[in-house]
Amino acid sequence: MSNTSKNTTPPLLIVDGLTVDYGTKGVSLRAIHDVSFELRAGEAVALVGESGSGKTTTAMAIAGLLSPNARVAGGEVRYRGSPLPIDDDAAMRPHRWSETSVVFQGAMNALNPVHRIVNQIAEPCVLHGMSRAEAMARARELLELVGIPADRGAAYPHQLSGGMRQRVMIAMALACRPSIVIGDEPTTALDVINQAQVLKLLVDLRTKFNLALILITHDLSVVAESCDRVMIMYSGRIVEDGSVADIFAEPKHPYTRLLMDSIPNPAEGKRMLRPIPGDPPTLMKRPLGCAFHPRCPSAMAICATEAPHLNAYGKGRVACHLHNSLAPADKVSVNA
Amino acid sequence: MPDNADILRLENLQVSFPMQSGVFDSILGRPKGVVRAVDGINLNVNRGEIVALVGESGSGKTTVGRVITKLVQPTGGRLLFDGEDMTTTHGFSTLRPYRHRVQMIFQDAYQALNPRHTVFDAVAEPLRSLRLVENRAQLTERVSEALSTAGLNPPQEFFARFPHELSGGQRQRVVVAGALVVKPDFIVADEPVSMLDVSIRAQILQALIDLRDKYRLALLFITHDLPLAWLIADRIAVMYLGRVVEIGSADDITLYPRHPYTVALRNSTPQVRRDAGSGGIQALQGEVPSAARVPKGCRFHPRCPLAFDRCRQEEPSAIEVGPQHLSACWLAK
Repeated sequence: MSNTSKNTTPPLLIVDGLTVDYGTKGVSLRAIHDVSFELRAGEAVALVGESGSGKTTTAMAIAGLLSPNARVAGGEVRYRGSPLPIDDDAAMRPHRWSETSVVFQGAMNALNPVHRIVNQIAEPCVLHGMSRAEAMARARELLELVGIPADRGAAYPHQLSGGMRQRVMIAMALACRPSIVIGDEPTTALDVINQAQVLKLLVDLRTKFNLALILITHDLSVVAESCDRVMIMYSGRIVEDGSVADIFAEPKHPYTRLLMDSIPNPAEGKRMLRPIPGDPPTLMKRPLGCAFHPRCPSAMAICATEAPHLNAYGKGRVACHLHNSLAPADKVSVNA
Repeated sequence: MPDNADILRLENLQVSFPMQSGVFDSILGRPKGVVRAVDGINLNVNRGEIVALVGESGSGKTTVGRVITKLVQPTGGRLLFDGEDMTTTHGFSTLRPYRHRVQMIFQDAYQALNPRHTVFDAVAEPLRSLRLVENRAQLTERVSEALSTAGLNPPQEFFARFPHELSGGQRQRVVVAGALVVKPDFIVADEPVSMLDVSIRAQILQALIDLRDKYRLALLFITHDLPLAWLIADRIAVMYLGRVVEIGSADDITLYPRHPYTVALRNSTPQVRRDAGSGGIQALQGEVPSAARVPKGCRFHPRCPLAFDRCRQEEPSAIEVGPQHLSACWLAK
């Protein structure tokens, strides 16, 4: 597995060749294939991809929250050097929340509608050994931390706005002082103003507690101001991995390039709509060779037959036949 | 300002909903509260024009769309469509000709389509209920045409499919086809791409732009995403707490906003390539106040970084700050 960071501290989390299948109606569908990456303490990494790209499966596997019909078909996840029992719900329990926690997407669905929010935040603390009183004090402290006055803790989820509910989710995720927080589309259901507030909160908390952050999103623009590194996923594989600055300045994979082009940017002048042709592949009908080749403007003959490996390229990694050379010196120009 | 080009005109439109009051409130004879979802807006949309209505959750933008499609009855002001006053028109058969001309595209294609209806039936439904076709051959022709215009080609291949057999983008295109099939003059699109992956958003947007250009279709595009509004719209109206606070050409609103709220919206949008030194996201503090308790004076003043005494006392009205560019702010002049 290629390590792209020059940092010499051992990684907090190593995902190595992770492959997950889902079983439905007797068929086994591969959701993610050979996903490998490392995460260091305090590092913020984004997993970007469309629906069905495997970004949520990857994150849920790391948190040991795969659905019952999922099967880890290969690879492993190591946390501080030792393998995690990601497919064993009971064995993962001490790890979850206290080491790795998750901020789920739809806060309205993730929160219990009939419990006061302060009790819901206290719950993981109690489950991890705090006394009731300590847990309640901690919950009030966490509410203030995410910018909700502690006396609002008596409110029920429906009494809060979408942005506030998402803050409650963040408070819950931080309750047991984890080292890794996974944000599963934490801002997708919010409007821009709330999105900006929640993103800013995540960024601030990350710095304050030296959290490692895995941000799952389909929106590249969200990544720009909150993460150090970005991994682009397509149809179950990582297709590009690199620093936010490098990828945004010069995307290597044609898919990344097209994603960048599909973000409207008024500051850059004239309106251009450059749709990516076709539809994302389904798990059932994944194209042979590179999964992106039917939609790729730079596809070559080899792309239809052979899946490219995720190779080191420059300071990052890319899985594309156009960049197959290991030496970044002889760059191939990709003018779509 | 008589202008024959406009197809839709909202004049001082108001929608308020009575609030639920508790038993105690009624015993004590407290007056029932009202939520002013839309608090007097003026807006016109011309033929062949795309106007974007932008605002955060709770600004009333969706209610405006629902008034235009006659799903919500306005409590004040006027709704004029093609010169005709539609404000109080109601009833299924009276509205039939109107529904023929005004269609809506909903946000969530998963919920807007009946899972047990085939694509053909979903798209054919409005033709049947508005009795716009005489025979099966005509029906098939109209459905094919609509699917094809919405980018589902060849249309015959989709006839017998069910929503669950389609991708998210295809599903949204079926919803678009269902709105197009009656050949409307006006479409209200409420966040039509917010549920879609970025790579397929552009396809739907392009389909809408093509319709404007080909059929001079007018479109009200409701979104909270300012760059997206800029991308598709000719003009943008920014709504805050039931009022339009700024309106102008898409470029003016996005690049040269004159209302502090529009500026805040712009600064909240994460940018892929932000100019160096802009300092990242600047989040606006607080939340939209409840429409049941609209702040006195300028309704934006409690959150406005530039608010001064006058803003707390008097509500500014929209004044011209440039050609076709209005802003309701004391600092606009």
